[in-house]
Amino acid sequence: MSGKPRLHYVNARGRMEPIRWLLAAAGVEFEEAFLETKDDLKKLQTNGDLLFQQVPMVEIDGMKMVQTRAILSYIAGKYNLYGKDLKERALIDMYVEGLADLNELITSNFFQPADKKEEHLATVMDKATTRYFPVYEKVLKGHGQDFLVGNKLSRADVQLLEIILLVEESKPDILAKFPLLQSFKAKTSNIPNIKKFLQPGSQRKLPLQEKDIPRLMQIFH
Amino acid sequence: MAGKPKLHYTCGRGKMESIRWLLAAAGVEFEEQFIETNEHLEKLRNGGSLLFQQVPLVEIDGMKMVQTRAILNYIAGKYNLYGKDLKERAWIDMYVEGTTDLMGMIMQLPLQSAEMREKNLALIIERAKTRYFPVYEKALKDHGHDYLVGNKFSWADIQLLEAILMVEECKPDILSAFPQLQAFKGRISNIPTIKKFLQPGSQRKPPADDKYIANVRKIFNI
Repeated sequence: MSGKPRLHYVNARGRMEPIRWLLAAAGVEFEEAFLETKDDLKKLQTNGDLLFQQVPMVEIDGMKMVQTRAILSYIAGKYNLYGKDLKERALIDMYVEGLADLNELITSNFFQPADKKEEHLATVMDKATTRYFPVYEKVLKGHGQDFLVGNKLSRADVQLLEIILLVEESKPDILAKFPLLQSFKAKTSNIPNIKKFLQPGSQRKLPLQEKDIPRLMQIFH
Repeated sequence: MAGKPKLHYTCGRGKMESIRWLLAAAGVEFEEQFIETNEHLEKLRNGGSLLFQQVPLVEIDGMKMVQTRAILNYIAGKYNLYGKDLKERAWIDMYVEGTTDLMGMIMQLPLQSAEMREKNLALIIERAKTRYFPVYEKALKDHGHDYLVGNKFSWADIQLLEAILMVEECKPDILSAFPQLQAFKGRISNIPTIKKFLQPGSQRKPPADDKYIANVRKIFNI
């Protein structure tokens, strides 16, 4: 038994990707068991490995953890990426939840009807530049520090970088009006653990392709 | 200045209800400012109080907190309802996320067409009976304690009671196959702060009716 966390999910970003990012940023090596067929999921379900019959599931420290937020909170707490006290935690949570909302908006684009996709994407990009990114730009401007909370790397920074890169995949110039987010992106990408994760061959997953959707849907439905 | 937390939301359950439950269970008195019009919401937005232009907003300990989970996490942590260590926290988080998913499904119902509502109601009942309630039934049976985690009252217990009552509003006999949950419901409902919150006249909100939903649509432009 390796003692490394073991991630159970499909070979795609989905709801597991923020967990991969956080473990990588914390410098924690992890293994992955990919669900390739519906039977793979059924097997986990009948074995009683999935508390609510769902993935993500992460085997970590003797627990079979489920529920993305629970898993992220545990990892952040364990590896000191969750602030130093309740108030820092509160700020981190607010920032992280905002990013999670933006992430949902982006990933929901795949499930829009074909004739609505372009319009939906435009709305999402608009929200990114008017509702979300200005918040983080302002936070960084307000204290002038490298990290969002408490002058120290936290899960909020890791997730902000993840989302910036995700949005850039749809609109490469999305940070044009956000100079502090641009330098945040550069600095945070250069943190050794994160730099390593951003290299080809890491466990970071590729963007979802249209052709993958039927296969993935078949596993879950 | 009162020093009491101040909640900004519509006069209905929505995403604020779990926050009301948690504060009430912790014995924390709170004030509420109800948003009745789109103008009121826009005023909050333009005033810069809403970090992401959204409610719930809770003014607490000098912060203008938004994002339901952030608010709930903070209250649970502050009032010692979040377990004694990381692992107990992990279990509480898992249990809470499960009930959040279940209650989230119920929350959507009033906004759906009659046809979708009927279909989803059946799905909710099925999920409650086969996916969610068995988990909590088993947890209580396995350790035989009064509370879900660490033999101590926590956020997980409060949210489970909230979820049970919400599902019972959909199907009154939903707990017929869950004796542990029936006993749990009885016990937790009798905790003095919770008993008080369950009485008429408390700040607990009723289920959404058509009039409320029509107003919500106007306020939020949906």
